[in-house]
Amino acid sequence: MGAGHGHRLHFHGHSPVHRAPAHLKILGLLAFVLAVVATPREWFAAYAGYLAALLVVVLVARVPIPFLLRRLVIEVPFVVFAVLIPFIAQGPQVAVPLPWGDLMVSESGLLAAWGILVKGTLGVLASLTLAATTEPTDVLIGLQRLRMPDLIVQIMAFMIRYLDVVTADLGRMLTAMRSRGVDPRAPRHWPALARTLGALFVRSYERGERVHLAMLSRGYDGRLPR
Amino acid sequence: MHVPDGFLDAPTSIATGVVAAAGVAVALRKSRDELDDRTAPLAGLVAAFVFAGQMINFPVGAGTSGHLLGGALAAVLVGPWTATLCISVVLLVQALFFADGGLTALGTNITLMGLVGVFVGYAVFLAVRAVLPRRLGVVPAAAAMGALVSVPVAAATFTGLFAVGGNADLDMGEVLTAMLGWHTVIGIGEAVITGLVVSAICTSRPDLVHGARRALAARAADERTDVTTSEVVA
Repeated sequence: MGAGHGHRLHFHGHSPVHRAPAHLKILGLLAFVLAVVATPREWFAAYAGYLAALLVVVLVARVPIPFLLRRLVIEVPFVVFAVLIPFIAQGPQVAVPLPWGDLMVSESGLLAAWGILVKGTLGVLASLTLAATTEPTDVLIGLQRLRMPDLIVQIMAFMIRYLDVVTADLGRMLTAMRSRGVDPRAPRHWPALARTLGALFVRSYERGERVHLAMLSRGYDGRLPR
Repeated sequence: MHVPDGFLDAPTSIATGVVAAAGVAVALRKSRDELDDRTAPLAGLVAAFVFAGQMINFPVGAGTSGHLLGGALAAVLVGPWTATLCISVVLLVQALFFADGGLTALGTNITLMGLVGVFVGYAVFLAVRAVLPRRLGVVPAAAAMGALVSVPVAAATFTGLFAVGGNADLDMGEVLTAMLGWHTVIGIGEAVITGLVVSAICTSRPDLVHGARRALAARAADERTDVTTSEVVA
């Protein structure tokens, strides 16, 4: 039942990047992605610079590059959209030479697709680096230092604490469904899936009530002790 | 489904960030009315529930899959302000720990799913509930209608943002048609699941469903009158 330490994207280590204060890392990530998003997409050299800077951080943190690359799959839906843009965008057409002949695509669309791909990928890589080098509790302390409202930090803390408990709860119920020949994804079994989600909600809510009572009995008054 | 970094330009991202921050600030005050000092633990657990629910992917067709957004579902279950907090925290955790949805796009994602998704869903839920009889049975149907409308409206809002701050020279009319068509299909799935989940909870623990309180109060009042009449007859 106990939640594991760290989380799926965390890569344990003792590098200077791991040890850096979390609030500085969060500010650094925010500044980095803001700069990436605000950079005009025609400045190709700037993106090489961003990638180089990111690679230096990753190398200093000693997080294996394949570890990050495998987790890039999160952005696949947007890669699909970006690849479609050159074919549906308006404006003058250009020919892209391919082995089996020229491919006519929109020039502005090609640029737009490049912009979305490179900015999205740099953003995901930077976020992955933060997640890989920072423990969840440190992120919470960092957010607290950055004056995030106390209630948001508390809700986040409870969510992170019970995330593995609740997802494991759901995992066990899904396993039980499958062992009885039910495919949770198939529409004809949606009623069974919905009853499972309903049970999961009741269990989670009741767990929240028990946690709240346990906290009250220990003197909780709406704020967490520092 | 989450908007990544660079999809919208910097001014649009910052503008939606301001809208999201204002919405969350109001939600922080209003959610105290819905849950008092139980807010932190209960909203945290409900956020974990929404996150777990979003992990189930459904094949939508053409090799892609969608998942439950849960805005309307959370609004009916715990009330709209708490739902906004829960969805916002889910998005924040996904951006910081799972690289799902960009940090600069966090405001856009919170605006689309936490504000538009939740409040359009809840408004439709209230409207449908108001015209139907005050019975527990209508709550799941009203919740399903809320989910059905909230998904395409959120998609249309995204298309509007993309028209203002998108970085591509696309025919926005065509994009809107494609987005609405696609998300109406997703909305139907969302509506069926939302209705079934609310119905399942209404059967076992109707007292936990925020949107069912009025129907429960009406039922309790009926039962009280029943008891007095039977006593009079006896």
